[in-house]
Amino acid sequence: MNLNDIIELSEGEVLTPELSTDVNIHGGYCADLMSDVLASSRPRAVLITGLTNPQVVRTAQIAEFRAIIFIRGKQPQQETIEIAIQENMPLITSPLGMFELTGRLHDAGLKSYEGNVSTN
Amino acid sequence: MKEMSQQTRQPTEQEKYGRHRPVTDRDAQEINRVEELSYDLKIREVMTSNLHTATPDMPLLKVLEILRVNRISGVPVVQDGKLVGIFSIEDIVRALEKNDFSSTVSQYMTREVVTVAEYESIVKAIQTFTDSRLGRLPVVNKDDELVGMITKGDITRGILLALQRDYKEEELRRYRASHLFEDIISDRTTLVLRYNIKAGDFTHGGNASGNIKRALLRLGADAQLARRCGIAAYEAEMNLIIHTNNGGILKLEVEPHKITLSTTDDGPGIPDIEKVLQPGYSTATDKVREMGFGAGMGLVNIKRCVDKMELESTVGKGSKLTMRITVPPETIASKGKPT
Repeated sequence: MNLNDIIELSEGEVLTPELSTDVNIHGGYCADLMSDVLASSRPRAVLITGLTNPQVVRTAQIAEFRAIIFIRGKQPQQETIEIAIQENMPLITSPLGMFELTGRLHDAGLKSYEGNVSTN
Repeated sequence: MKEMSQQTRQPTEQEKYGRHRPVTDRDAQEINRVEELSYDLKIREVMTSNLHTATPDMPLLKVLEILRVNRISGVPVVQDGKLVGIFSIEDIVRALEKNDFSSTVSQYMTREVVTVAEYESIVKAIQTFTDSRLGRLPVVNKDDELVGMITKGDITRGILLALQRDYKEEELRRYRASHLFEDIISDRTTLVLRYNIKAGDFTHGGNASGNIKRALLRLGADAQLARRCGIAAYEAEMNLIIHTNNGGILKLEVEPHKITLSTTDDGPGIPDIEKVLQPGYSTATDKVREMGFGAGMGLVNIKRCVDKMELESTVGKGSKLTMRITVPPETIASKGKPT
């Protein structure tokens, strides 16, 4: 699914207009725990999260996400946006909650990109 | 590829439903490059720009001659550079039915032509092919002037050429990287990269790990190996930032068949190593937890990503975390963690 379609479905606002949103997104992943993101996500997905600090961008970069959506209209600090631009990680803020947003994307055909959650 | 008429055909399954089969990381990586290319490549890069065209005032017999000589079944009709229609064999048939061969192109051409713009990605052309069920589309520029034609064959050829370019670059990169180890003769060659990590420096947290990952990719590691090392390095780097008194050193050692990541610090040290290795055990502050860290999964994650992990610590002196990853013999590029 194209990131532009995801932005439309999420009623989202793009926080990094400098970056192209013509990005192909393969799946979705939700988490507020960065360790979960590192442990069980798969590359090329969109990260849906309530956290807005710069670490979210770093984590997303290491875990090879293609974009981040902040839920409930959360606005990240300037630092987060700066790192995102530097790392070419489009940021979007959506007024929807995590459940509603995820449900809409899933209904529209975006697959879950949760990997194996086993901790062993 | 000679037919020109905008005739209909059934879309294939792939076009109708997209890709449904669950894919492995490695599959995804390859399929993905083609998908990426369909977004990256512009129509102008793959289209055919050497065209036969007709004009609206051209007599039908003349167009027939163009079609016959070039063995094509249709031509775009152009006036002052602008695309005004398309003329195909079917239009000739219509003229033939009326026995009207003294007319000109403008009387029989199709005026409503589906086009694509040269500056769009080829994915747009693929969509248009699917929606319109046409086999060939005229390409226009932003001023609506005809600049080329595109077929599915052009797209396939364009993607294959781009993949070939990629492949050559990749070969060259790996060639250079492997020579780093092959050309320098020693009994044991090791490339060591050191990063100083400051305690509490959340702003730059992950910077070093990002650089480690990039370095490994440049040395020819495959995406999955680089990802495993990147994740392990990141968790270890965050541990230095969160838990140490004065930060520490994150070190990457690359050898032809093995990668070693390690962190060292000078305190405070860990009183009970057994405990910190338990999933969910954490001493992180609320501030750290608010940032999404400190869930007690860092070391567990690291263990999952590497082949061997050792943690030594002395209270009051410091800790040392060593992570080893084995790389299969043929190259530094591994095929992923052996299972």
